[in-house]
Amino acid sequence: MAQRIGKVMAQVAMVMNLDKCIGCHTCSVTCKQAWTNRGGVEYVWFNNVETRPGQGYPRQHEDQDRWQGGWKRTAAGRLKPRAGGRLKRLATIFANPKMPSIQDYYEPWTYDYEHLVSAPLGDDIPGARPRSLITGDPMQIEWSANWDDDLAGGEELGSQDPIVKKIGDKVKFEYEQSFMFYLPRICEHCLNPSCVASCPSGAMYKRAEDGIVLVDQDKCRGWRMCVTGCPYKKVYFNHKTGKAEKCTLCYPRVEVGMPTVCSETCVGRLRYLGVILYDVERVGKAAAVKDERDLYEAQLDVFLDPDDPDVQAAALRDGIPQRWIESAQRSPIHMLAKRFRVALPLHPEYRTMPMVWYIPPLSPVVDALSETGHDGEDADNLFAAVDTLRIPIEYLAELFTAGDTEPVKAVLNRLAAMRAHMRRLNLGDTPDETIAEAVGLTGRDIEQMYRLLALAKYDDRYVIPTAYGVDEADRGVIDEIGCSLDFEGGPGMGGPFGEASGTPQPASVETFHALRDRQTSDDAAGAARRFNLLNWDGNGRPPGLFPARDQKHSSARDQKHSSARDQKHSPERDQQVRNEEAK
Amino acid sequence: MTPTTLDYLLWGALPYVVLAILIGGTIWRYRYDRFGWTTRSSQLYESRLLRIASPVFHFGLLVVVIGHVVGLLIPETWTDAVGITDDMYHVTALSLGAIAGVTTLGGIALLIYRRRTNGPVFSATTVNDKVMYLVLVAAILAGLTTTLLSAVAGLTGGHEVDYRETVSPWFRSIFILQPDVTAMTAASGAFKLHALIGLTLFALFPFTRLVHAFSAPVWYLFRPYVVYRTRGREPTPASRPIRRGWT
Repeated sequence: MAQRIGKVMAQVAMVMNLDKCIGCHTCSVTCKQAWTNRGGVEYVWFNNVETRPGQGYPRQHEDQDRWQGGWKRTAAGRLKPRAGGRLKRLATIFANPKMPSIQDYYEPWTYDYEHLVSAPLGDDIPGARPRSLITGDPMQIEWSANWDDDLAGGEELGSQDPIVKKIGDKVKFEYEQSFMFYLPRICEHCLNPSCVASCPSGAMYKRAEDGIVLVDQDKCRGWRMCVTGCPYKKVYFNHKTGKAEKCTLCYPRVEVGMPTVCSETCVGRLRYLGVILYDVERVGKAAAVKDERDLYEAQLDVFLDPDDPDVQAAALRDGIPQRWIESAQRSPIHMLAKRFRVALPLHPEYRTMPMVWYIPPLSPVVDALSETGHDGEDADNLFAAVDTLRIPIEYLAELFTAGDTEPVKAVLNRLAAMRAHMRRLNLGDTPDETIAEAVGLTGRDIEQMYRLLALAKYDDRYVIPTAYGVDEADRGVIDEIGCSLDFEGGPGMGGPFGEASGTPQPASVETFHALRDRQTSDDAAGAARRFNLLNWDGNGRPPGLFPARDQKHSSARDQKHSSARDQKHSPERDQQVRNEEAK
Repeated sequence: MTPTTLDYLLWGALPYVVLAILIGGTIWRYRYDRFGWTTRSSQLYESRLLRIASPVFHFGLLVVVIGHVVGLLIPETWTDAVGITDDMYHVTALSLGAIAGVTTLGGIALLIYRRRTNGPVFSATTVNDKVMYLVLVAAILAGLTTTLLSAVAGLTGGHEVDYRETVSPWFRSIFILQPDVTAMTAASGAFKLHALIGLTLFALFPFTRLVHAFSAPVWYLFRPYVVYRTRGREPTPASRPIRRGWT
């Protein structure tokens, strides 16, 4: 009989297939548009894509000797935040000694676009100079969130990668021998989150239902310890509001069964989302195993098999809804991480039990083999080639298994076996079961894995149950409330206690009216349409060319007034529009 | 010295107005602007100076606060009863007070220098902050002046009015709702000024970034590291809130 099953909890987790990432940054951009296109978080990317080898964002965040993130195992075998326990945290609360500065991220900027149209007439074409978004002064751009993208900066920047420093000459930067791959990163929504442990206010928490780690904006007091505590540096300090912010795993979407914005918009379709059931009572012990190379296996042991009747009974006992258990049975995360064992955690040695896992990249192995005159898709050739891949296994092992190359090699062998097996099927050869057996799988397993990895249908990639208290009928329904942060006391701008306190004001009068018209109009296009000047032939005065008369004089100050009045279409305005149409 | 009308206003009425503002303002701020309740740290912009100046200021201030609590709340009769002589008490109080006061002043001077000279920090400074700094520095300066005057009086053998016979009884009398205006009237001008600036600071307190002091996270010492929160039990269909739509 297996281990006793303690309290069962559910976690919405993610797997990313690095072989498919083309480094297009679409995830980063859509995430930024959705969550961090506000003042105070200009420098913040909840999702960022790093080129490895490279320093990452913020620069060299993996160097925990310097940044002191994550947990440390004490001599007594207990866990303690690396930056210090409770007393030390409170003693250093007046100035966090290990907090990255804005220069470690990058100084955000915009361009002086107005100069393009306001510059005096002259011989030179006017340019738009960069201006700092922190001070407003002209600045020299020297770094950004992906300054070393695609190995830009070569050895000079790449050699500063903490992993390159560690494994030394295994990593080549000469053009012919260089390698790179992309590593998209979001918050790991860890099972043992050290950011939560570091928060003196208790404002950070892990949701018991779905494991999403969030910051309570009303409870955060800006002590900044979470920024230090997170070894992935995925908690950020909003310098306008003075509060911590982080990736929310797009919980408003996940609650209604939709994938996160980064997943939904991923061009390579490399992200998977699903539920993992785990035994929360095993987490502490697993995170504290002595040898950090055992952490990967220890974390796998924390995950429970949703097909096991005992686990199902325990899950129901602990209040997990039946549909979550069924969802966990179809979870692509469970399949990739535990059943096929092709996904690996990012930096398990931080002992936070991260829950965004990665399928390591196989490198362009087939072409490389074919060039040497070998059959590039023959299983034996592939297995032999895995050891001499262009991306050194040691590098991947430092990322995913605390330096242990065996699990990485096993994963790459499985991926190679999948190629060899599927080629035989596609060419109509008899399937060779020995290929699958060599990597500890069956032919059927490999075909199932192929469907999940190569075909990757939308419904296979995202298996997300609706949240507790949200009905299945609400799947995909997000109430349109405008900006999700526009609630009373939310992080809108303006107020007497600093830029961001008090009740928010709308971004601009124009969007305010546009949004309201759209929400209250009967037809899709909205009542107060604006006329597209590009289609204008210059004749007459088409409706919408000028704003309606009663709106023309409304200003931000009398919005409250006018919004109540305009909520229904005022008869005068309708009359006016009709008059103008008649003309 | 008999109290004048002004004395009654300043030492009899004003403390209660300030108390009302302090308590009412804090409650109001907590309800209206919990989101704005933060340290508004500027460490992200600049951390080299902050790492020295901020702890110096805050730890100095902690000692100053403890000194005030002891000096104002513990009656002279109590310390006499345990055998602490007046001289012993004053030498300790004045020397500790002077060290803590100078440390605090040095810390805040460095912090203000940083705030003025560092571009990003300065541009993140609101009018509210500037007013607060002004009153805070004035309070510290006036407090240090009283300490120095008392020390000089002690050294030259002159008899400075003892704050433990004037300010402290008055302060305690406020909380039993029988303000001892006569006691405070007898205090020296420096003490009166310091008390007035202090009252101003208390009145400003709920409306500035100083509120972060009220949320000192002592509770952190006693809670488990990882915090879980639940949205509550899964509601039954009957208790489920009615949402828009046809179902």
